[in-house]
Amino acid sequence: MACIEARGLRKTYGATVALDGIDLQIPEGRIVGLIGPNGAGKSTALNAMVGLTSYEGQLRVLGRDPWTEREQLVRDASFITDVAVLPRWLRVSQALEFAAGTHPRFDRAKAEAFLAKTSIAPLGRVRELSKGMVTQLHLAIVMAIDARLVVLDEPTLGLDLIYRKQFYDALLSDYLEEGRTVILATHQVEEVQHVLTDVLYIHRGRIVFNRSMDDIEAQFHEVLVHPDRLAAARALTPIAERPGVGHSILIFEGRDRQRFARLGEVRTPSVADLFLAVVK
Amino acid sequence: MNTLSWAIRRELWENRSIYVGPLAVAATILVGFAVALAAWPARIQAASILGASELREAVQQPFVVAALMLMIIEILVAIVYSLDALYGERRDRSILFWKSMPVSDLDTVLAKASIPILVLPLVTFVVTMGTQVIMLLMGSAALTAKGIGVGTLWDQLSLLDLTWINLVHLVTLHGFLWAPLYAWLLLVSAWAPRAPFLWAVLPPVAIGIAERIAFNSTRFAAVLQNYFLGGPGGEGSSGMTMDMLAPHSLAAFLERPNLWLGLAVSAAMLFGAVKLRRARGAI
Repeated sequence: MACIEARGLRKTYGATVALDGIDLQIPEGRIVGLIGPNGAGKSTALNAMVGLTSYEGQLRVLGRDPWTEREQLVRDASFITDVAVLPRWLRVSQALEFAAGTHPRFDRAKAEAFLAKTSIAPLGRVRELSKGMVTQLHLAIVMAIDARLVVLDEPTLGLDLIYRKQFYDALLSDYLEEGRTVILATHQVEEVQHVLTDVLYIHRGRIVFNRSMDDIEAQFHEVLVHPDRLAAARALTPIAERPGVGHSILIFEGRDRQRFARLGEVRTPSVADLFLAVVK
Repeated sequence: MNTLSWAIRRELWENRSIYVGPLAVAATILVGFAVALAAWPARIQAASILGASELREAVQQPFVVAALMLMIIEILVAIVYSLDALYGERRDRSILFWKSMPVSDLDTVLAKASIPILVLPLVTFVVTMGTQVIMLLMGSAALTAKGIGVGTLWDQLSLLDLTWINLVHLVTLHGFLWAPLYAWLLLVSAWAPRAPFLWAVLPPVAIGIAERIAFNSTRFAAVLQNYFLGGPGGEGSSGMTMDMLAPHSLAAFLERPNLWLGLAVSAAMLFGAVKLRRARGAI
């Protein structure tokens, strides 16, 4: 069954078109990176998936209509659409108590184990925490929910490098154990690309690219071309070219990697470079 | 049901004024009463010579004043609470967190409506009873110290009457009859892009002014005044005694067509608040 199915998904704010007819099918059990510049429609798409915003067109998430069935949907789907939204008066212990009381799939011991790795005091209030600690608390709650779908919009904003690494490791190990679907939007693309199974490029409210990482590895090649062979390389119609130190970096699309090996060192392009190549 | 009780618990965590407000007023009342106790026995003795109704008023006045003070704070807390209830979570964006938990918009709005309509009247009832019982004990001690029998006090004040009058007044008038006020404030709170207080107050004022200019009448204001202030109890009672808070008859109260109309209007406005909470995100 498809975890997320969208057909003609549209959202406008007055004259601004945030989502311009998105058709999309995400099967269960993938880790999908939603990549795009500011204002591309990432957050709007994610908000629509978890029932926070209305939309035109069709959208089913885990077989439900997120707009009319939000509270049933969030029993199976956990999400962070914005960090730093925990109310300032809330105590850490109250946040855990509330989640344990209302969410059937929340595992309090797991959340406490996450918090034990931070310097968050269990009896403190959110207002006493630093920005990064509020995010850590929010992530601890969301990660302790045994959800079939996890939707994360810039989940690591304001977190230090060590915690970001811990978080993505935990995300990956949970995913491997339980086979859940994860949809992740972030600008820190380089950091997450090793955990992704799929990438979606979104640009001006449209999905412009939708491939699995395996596909990208097989189909896209980044070649470091020495100036001597540049003319020959350009003849093979690269989809992008940018200058490097002492060489040019060209990206090609095609099945046969060997064909490009004679031009120079071949590697798989990063998700970010590929985005720039595709969007241009 | 379970998520509803958690939603109510959340309100009690967030809004400690629900019980701190009445308790602070109760403490103030008790301090004031302790000071007044110095002159109270002499006043009761003087009143008992004047007659039965004078004695009754002298004994009951501090008790009714205490009940009224607590009702005033109850209304203030309820109004301030209702105006912020669905606006505050949008302004501080915490609505995005609450919506990630499986609590429906209906449960959330019902939990928020239950605070001014049910929880605050009941909390105020408990605090009022506690205050009045402590006052009875303090009064008894003061009278005994002056060599006056405590019977004078207890004959005029039966605990059963106090319980009944406080409970019925708070639950029926402050809870059910005033429900449309709180439902209106919650509706505005769910809708207002900013300044919910102004949005709550301006429309009724505008209607009143427009009516005055167009028809030179004040019927709208009269309807509101009659609905909220023209309740049973109050009229015809003598002086400052608990009688002024006593219900004439519960049956008569329940038969008021206005009560049921008011509750229907409240339900409609709360339904609107549920729809708005779903549609309106963080500000």
